[in-house]
Amino acid sequence: MALEAGSLMVIVPAYNEAGAVGEVVRGVRETMAGVRVLVIDDCSEDATVSVARHAGAEVLGLPHHLGLGGCVQAGYKLAFELGYDYVIRVDGDGQHAPQDIPRVLDALKTSGCQMVIGSRYAGGTPPRTSWVRGLGIRFFRLVLRPILGRPVHDPTSGFVGVNRAALELFTRSFPLEYPEIEALVVLQRKSFRFLEVPCQTRPRLAGQSTITALKSLYYIVHVLLGVFVNILKYEGRRRRQ
Amino acid sequence: MMDRLLMVMTGLSVALLALVLVSVRRAHIRVEYSVSWLVAAAVLLGLSRMHGLLAWMAALLGVESAPLALLMIVFSVFLMVFFRFSVILSHLKDHSVALAQRVAILEFHLRSLHEKEPDQ
Repeated sequence: MALEAGSLMVIVPAYNEAGAVGEVVRGVRETMAGVRVLVIDDCSEDATVSVARHAGAEVLGLPHHLGLGGCVQAGYKLAFELGYDYVIRVDGDGQHAPQDIPRVLDALKTSGCQMVIGSRYAGGTPPRTSWVRGLGIRFFRLVLRPILGRPVHDPTSGFVGVNRAALELFTRSFPLEYPEIEALVVLQRKSFRFLEVPCQTRPRLAGQSTITALKSLYYIVHVLLGVFVNILKYEGRRRRQ
Repeated sequence: MMDRLLMVMTGLSVALLALVLVSVRRAHIRVEYSVSWLVAAAVLLGLSRMHGLLAWMAALLGVESAPLALLMIVFSVFLMVFFRFSVILSHLKDHSVALAQRVAILEFHLRSLHEKEPDQ
């Protein structure tokens, strides 16, 4: 079946989000009638799959737990195979407002950028977050500024839209564990561009974040290493060429 | 002191060799992954039995005490083995992720096909 030009798929990575994913899927379907919603289930131990299907989503079920990056990349690979032109990712915990999807899609279609980030800090009231996470975000803004050659306000946002060019790139190269920041570097190395549009953030609909202060520190070290490895990899390849 | 340490090292090397060979025979370790351990055990066995070679290596490393040189060599050999296994593990993880994604996508396509088929 051939897709219409400008076709959109919304992907929702989810792991043990039975309490929130149904509301997320219904919200997306109400806002974007007729758009295909794909929940990528990262081998949840709760009823995420059945709740998502009941709410009207299709489910891509991973056979074992891959972590966020592997989960999102599986969705990108499927969307690319199915021929979609645009993919927008929203998190399965309900923190992203589906009403912002049209704004991200519009920016993707009109800006000429390959990626659009729904930014919590690009306008309006910034979300409440722990001091370690806040410090981490500020730190990565500073680190990324010279690498990307421009400021990025919300490098850790999971509300992201990509066009087909970025989709094709991410099917081949996408960080496996904490993808958001490294994905920006992967894009930049290919001279792709990104744009931030202001978006709302809501409290989680259910459950609690599993990110503790200690995990935040591990995240910072892990991502920092990933960023520099990406740069070294690209520079090495460029020199060989 | 030195003789006892070398005897212990000989015993450990022989035990490691035996353990790896038995594990390969019982298919607990694949042959390609046993090679690193066998080489490491053989190096340790050789050094612990050839005192002249150990003394020469200690002099080469600039260490006065042969037992200390032996410990340094043991540490380096196992570090190399662990590094080799980290590389193998990383490749396996990449393959396992790609495979899991492929399986999930194929299952998705299969499910879509089944849902499209009329009831028979």
